[in-house]
Amino acid sequence: MIPELGHFALILALLIALVQGVLPLVGAARNNQAWMAVARPAARAQFLLVAIAFCALAYSFLTHDFSVVNVTRNSHSRLPEIYRFTATWGSHEGSMLLWTLILGLWTVAVTLFSRHLPDDMVARVIGVMGLVSFGFLLFMLATSNPFLRMPMAMDGSDLNPLLQDPGMVVHPPILYMGYVGFSVAFAFAIAALLSGKLDASWARWSRPWTTSAWAFLTIGIMMGSWWAYYELGWGGWWFWDPVENASLMPWLVGTALIHSLAVTEKRGSFKAWTVFLAIGAFSLSLLGTFLVRSGVLSSVHSFATDPTRGLFILMFLAAVIGSSLLLFAMRASKVGLGGRFALVSRESFLMVNNILLLTATASVLLGTLYPLFLDALGLGKISVGPPYFNSVFIPLVTPLIFLAGVGPLTRWKQVNVPELAHRLKWGFGASVVVALLLPFTQEKWLPMVSLGILLALWIAVTVAISVRARLRTTAGWSANFYGMHLAHLGVAVTVIGVTMVSSYQTERNMRMAVGETVTVQGYTFRFDGVVDVTGPNYTGSRGTLEVSQNGKPFTTLHPEKRIYVASGMPFTESAIDYGFTRDLYTALGERLDDGAWSVRLFHKPFVVWIWIGSVLMALGGFMAITDRRYRAARKLKGGEA
Amino acid sequence: MKSRHKKLILIGVVVLALGAVAALVLNAFQSNLVFFFSPTQIANGEAPLERAFRIGGLVEDGSLRREPDGVTAHFRITDTAKTIPVTYKGLLPDLFKEGKGVVAEGRMNGNGVFVAEQVLAKHDENYMPPEAASALEQAQKAQQTLVVPPDSASPQEGK
Repeated sequence: MIPELGHFALILALLIALVQGVLPLVGAARNNQAWMAVARPAARAQFLLVAIAFCALAYSFLTHDFSVVNVTRNSHSRLPEIYRFTATWGSHEGSMLLWTLILGLWTVAVTLFSRHLPDDMVARVIGVMGLVSFGFLLFMLATSNPFLRMPMAMDGSDLNPLLQDPGMVVHPPILYMGYVGFSVAFAFAIAALLSGKLDASWARWSRPWTTSAWAFLTIGIMMGSWWAYYELGWGGWWFWDPVENASLMPWLVGTALIHSLAVTEKRGSFKAWTVFLAIGAFSLSLLGTFLVRSGVLSSVHSFATDPTRGLFILMFLAAVIGSSLLLFAMRASKVGLGGRFALVSRESFLMVNNILLLTATASVLLGTLYPLFLDALGLGKISVGPPYFNSVFIPLVTPLIFLAGVGPLTRWKQVNVPELAHRLKWGFGASVVVALLLPFTQEKWLPMVSLGILLALWIAVTVAISVRARLRTTAGWSANFYGMHLAHLGVAVTVIGVTMVSSYQTERNMRMAVGETVTVQGYTFRFDGVVDVTGPNYTGSRGTLEVSQNGKPFTTLHPEKRIYVASGMPFTESAIDYGFTRDLYTALGERLDDGAWSVRLFHKPFVVWIWIGSVLMALGGFMAITDRRYRAARKLKGGEA
Repeated sequence: MKSRHKKLILIGVVVLALGAVAALVLNAFQSNLVFFFSPTQIANGEAPLERAFRIGGLVEDGSLRREPDGVTAHFRITDTAKTIPVTYKGLLPDLFKEGKGVVAEGRMNGNGVFVAEQVLAKHDENYMPPEAASALEQAQKAQQTLVVPPDSASPQEGK
C-alpha cells in the first residue's frame, strides 16, 4: 500500500511539474500575471509530492518490505537501521528520487527567497526548474521506478558493504545539493536569455545561489575523497577515477562561474560568458549524474545497465544542453558582452582564471570521455590514468594559484603595475626564500615541494597584505571580502596537504608474524595477531597493531577484514590514527600461514590538510553569501512590493 | 587606436596561451594513454614491450602462488585460449580470486612475464571488469572461427 502511495505521488508530481514548467514560462512571455502566479504554489506542491514519495520509499526500506524490488536488491533483514535508511538512495532508482527531492528543495528555497525579484524573473526561474524536474520524474517513471513490485522475497541481497558507512548518510545528499544547486544558476541564466535582461542586479540575485551550490559541491567532493581514503583501504585520496572526474568538472566550471559572476555584478562585463558558464556548470552536473549513475562507468556508484535508460539519458542530456545552447546562440547578442577593461586589470586576471579553469575542465573531460567514445565505437579499450591528469593539472593550477594571490589586490578596469609590484615584492621574495629552504627540514629537498609551498605561502602572504590594507581603511565588515579570502586560504591549505602527502608518503606492504615489529618514520608497529569478530551482518577478523614512538606506547589500531554474510563479499576496514601533521594508516591484507598476515602500513604527512582546506573553501563560500548587499537588495525591493 | 592595439595584443596573448595549453594537454594525453590487450593478443606479440598497458581476463584456477615475503604474488591470467604469467608485489584487492575476472596494469619483462604495477580492485563480486569480459569474448570468437577454414576468417579480425 505504502509503495503504491509513493508511486502515485510521483505520477502526480510529474503532472504538476509539467504545469510548473509550462504555465509560468508562457505567462512570462505573454505578461499574464495569473499564469505566472502559478509558479510558486506549483513548485511547493511538487516538492511535497516528491517528499511523500521519498518517505514512502524510506518507509519500505525501514520496514523490510521485500516485495519491492529496490528494497530486495539493496537491503537485508540484518542491515542496521541507519543503513536501511541510507539505502533509500543507495540504488540507481533511489538516487534519482533523491536528486528530484533536492531539486524540489532548491525550488522551494527560490520561492521563499525571491520576494525582491521581478515577477517574470521568478516565473521563468521556477518554470525552468519545473521542466528539469519533469524530465527527471519522467525518467524515473519510465525507466527506473523505485517502487516496482515483485513476489515477496525471503530476504534481501544486502547493501554493498562499501556503502555501509556513515559517509553514506551525508556524502550523496551534500554532493547532490551541489550538483542540483547549479540548476538555480542555470535557471537564472535561461531566464536572462529569455527576457534579454541581464544587468548587475541579475548577477547580484544569482550570485548567492551559485556560491552556495558551489560550497555544497566542495563539501560533497571533499567527503567523497575522505570516504574513499578510509574506506577503500588503499589510502589514496584522489584516483582520477571517472566518477571523481564527473564531480570535479562541474566544480571547476562552477568555480569559474562564481568568479565570472563577480565581474558581471561589479563591472557589468563578461555577461554572455557568465550565462555560458552557468549553462556549462549545470550541463556538466547532469552529465556527471548520468555518467555515474547509468552504469557507463564501472564503479561503486554505478548499477546494472539497462539500454533504455542509457537512451533516455542521452536524449535528456541532448535536449537540455542542446536547447539551452541554441537559446544561447540566438539570444546571447541581446544580453551583450558588457563593459570594457584594460589589458592589465582585475577583469583580465579573472579572465585568465576562467580560461585556466575551463582548460582544466576540458582536459578532464577529454581524459574521461575519450575512452568511453573509443569503446562505444568499438575502436579498442584504453584507459587514461593519473599520470595524464597530474602532468596536465600542475602547469594549469600553478598560474591559477599565483593569480589567486595577486587578483584580490588589483583594481578593476586598470592596474598600476609598478605600484602593485612594489606592494608585493617583499611578500614574494620572502615566499620564495622560505619555499626553497623549508623542504630541507624534511628527509630530502624536492622541487615539487618547493613549488607547492611557494604557492601556498604566496596566497597566505597576499591574503595578509589585502586584509591589512582593508583594516587600515574605514571600510567595515564585508562578508563577501572575508569569505573570498577564507576560500583562497583554503586553497593554500589544500595545496600543502597535496604537496606533502604526494612527496613524502611512506608505504610498506609486508608480511607480519604475530609479535613482529616494523618501524615507519619513527613509529614502531607491533602486530599482535587477530581475533574473530561478528557484526550484525558480517563476520571477520580484527587485527591489533600496537604503535609506539621512541619506546613509549602511542596508540593501538584495529584494522579489520570482514566477510558480509548475504553477499559473501570480503571487505577491508582500515584503521587510521589521524593527526594534524601526519596520519598513520593501517589495513589488513590476507591471512598467510601460522597466524601471520600481509599488512599495509602508511605514514601520510599532512594528508588531513587536503580536507581541512576544502572545508575552509566551502566555509568561505557560505560566509560570502551572508553579505549585507544581498539582503539589502531584498529589503529595498520588499519595501516596494 | 591605442585601445584597439591593446585588444589585439590581448587576443594574441590569449590565442598563444591557448595553443600552448592545448599542446601541453594533447602531448600529455598522447604519452599517457594506456592500451588494453588480451592474453591472446599478447601471446601473438601485439602488445608493446617498452610501454605500460593493461591486461584482462580470468585468474587461472590453481595458478596463485605467494613468495615467502607474503606480498609478492605470482598467478596467470587467461582468456581461455592463451595464458600470461603475471607477478605483482603488493596487497591484492579484496575481490581478487582464482577463477574471477581481473585487470592488471604494468609491462612485460624480457622473459614473457607481465610485471603488474597495479591490480585493479572491483567493487562488486559479481561484477566482471569490461576489459576482462571482452578478452574472454574475443578468445571465444577466435576459437569458434578456428572451425571455419582458416582462409575465410582470421581470428584477429573478430572484434
